[in-house]
Amino acid sequence: MDNISEPLQSVSTLPDVSAAIVKTPTPGTLRAAFAIVWKDIAAELRSKEIVTALIVFSLLVIVIFNFALQLDRTARENVAAGVLWVTFIFAATLGLNRTFASEIDRGSFDGLLLAPVDRSAIFFGKLISTFVFILLVELVVIPVFSVLYGIALFEPLFLLVVVLGTLGYAIVGTLLAAMAVHTRAREVMLPVLLFPVSLPVVLAAVRVSQGLLAGVEWSRISAAFSLVVTYNVIFLAIAYMTFDYLVEE
Amino acid sequence: MIEINSLGKSFGHRPVLRGVDLSVAKGEFVTLFGPNGAGKTTLLRIVATLMRPTVGRVQVGGFDLASHAHIIRSALGVVSHQTLLYNDLTAEENLRFYARMYAVPESGPRIDAVLEQVGLARRRRELVRTFSRGMQQRLAIARAVLHKPAVMLFDEPHSGLDQDAAAMLDDVLKAVAAGGRTVLMTTHDLTRGLALADRVAVLRRGKIAFNQSTVEIDAAHFTEMYAGVVNG
Repeated sequence: MDNISEPLQSVSTLPDVSAAIVKTPTPGTLRAAFAIVWKDIAAELRSKEIVTALIVFSLLVIVIFNFALQLDRTARENVAAGVLWVTFIFAATLGLNRTFASEIDRGSFDGLLLAPVDRSAIFFGKLISTFVFILLVELVVIPVFSVLYGIALFEPLFLLVVVLGTLGYAIVGTLLAAMAVHTRAREVMLPVLLFPVSLPVVLAAVRVSQGLLAGVEWSRISAAFSLVVTYNVIFLAIAYMTFDYLVEE
Repeated sequence: MIEINSLGKSFGHRPVLRGVDLSVAKGEFVTLFGPNGAGKTTLLRIVATLMRPTVGRVQVGGFDLASHAHIIRSALGVVSHQTLLYNDLTAEENLRFYARMYAVPESGPRIDAVLEQVGLARRRRELVRTFSRGMQQRLAIARAVLHKPAVMLFDEPHSGLDQDAAAMLDDVLKAVAAGGRTVLMTTHDLTRGLALADRVAVLRRGKIAFNQSTVEIDAAHFTEMYAGVVNG
């Protein structure tokens, strides 16, 4: 046991304990955030707890919509963006529900809170890993949707809107998931909190997506695109400023 | 090293801690006893910066917890009955993750060393979910000492362990304390808590009801003494 019991160099060689504490290195926010991303992805690769379930759920949703709506080609093109975003939002909400709940359920959330890092690192780490998981689901859903609805979706600008809209939803979703996870009915509470708050970014993303699929002029949808970008910036700043207080017990 | 003054904590209108005063000197091992609901875990969670007190002051290494929690966390190692480990990662991956979170320099050799010392070097590439409760608790201690903290907080570390695993954990706890670390531990195990400590305190209804050096305590009669303090 000599290694565990070895005298702490910083404590034994420095004149006072306060100095020893100051000497201990602390990682940067970004470094800690990526440590959390690495951990979440490594755990997900083993457990397949989130992504697989979300893919199956999303595919079921678009298949159900396809049969339920029974639309002709023109009508299908008109509702395609809406159906696609509803699918993304439902799947993302399920994923976001697990973001902090999985840490709380296995009792590991304290481990994150105990780390000597700015707690916004926990937010950014969880945001990035959730965002990656949702993007993976979208990577599977978009081609299947494209085939089922007979609509070409692989336009760079369209994909950019999907990425930015998803990011906006993930930002506000991660923030609210941290708030909802300590409530009793957390699975219900997250969508109740999230849907109204995310309405601007979702509506704007649907509008831009629909416009791009219909081939309307960029000037008619650029304001909605700007709203998506602005929403992301504002909520990223809000999350950075408030996350510390949200996770305080 | 740890200074707790007039500490109070309430959940809603229910007070859990009522004016706790406790000092733990540098290198001292203090065991905190108390019945269920006495406030032991709440006290430890406040010192661990996981919870804010309602009133009072806590200092660790001269730093005030209210204003320097971030600095204090780098000097703390915390082991509770929850292991804070990830079941879907291997023992080594868990330690690598925490080494990154704590910015442990030369983390590879350090991980090798702590795994060796808690007797899990040969199981390093196995998933934590395959470990027994005792092995998980030893890995939790390896996680907690990875960044060489000056202060260790143990919250009922023997909880859920069988006799062999608890005895093995005692060896690890002694080794942790032997390094000059300051240790504050809560436990219900009177024999073990007394044997490991330099000083014991008893928390009763949110207040320190007993606080004495183990040198001055007759181990043979401690159970009766404890019952007297708790029920008195």
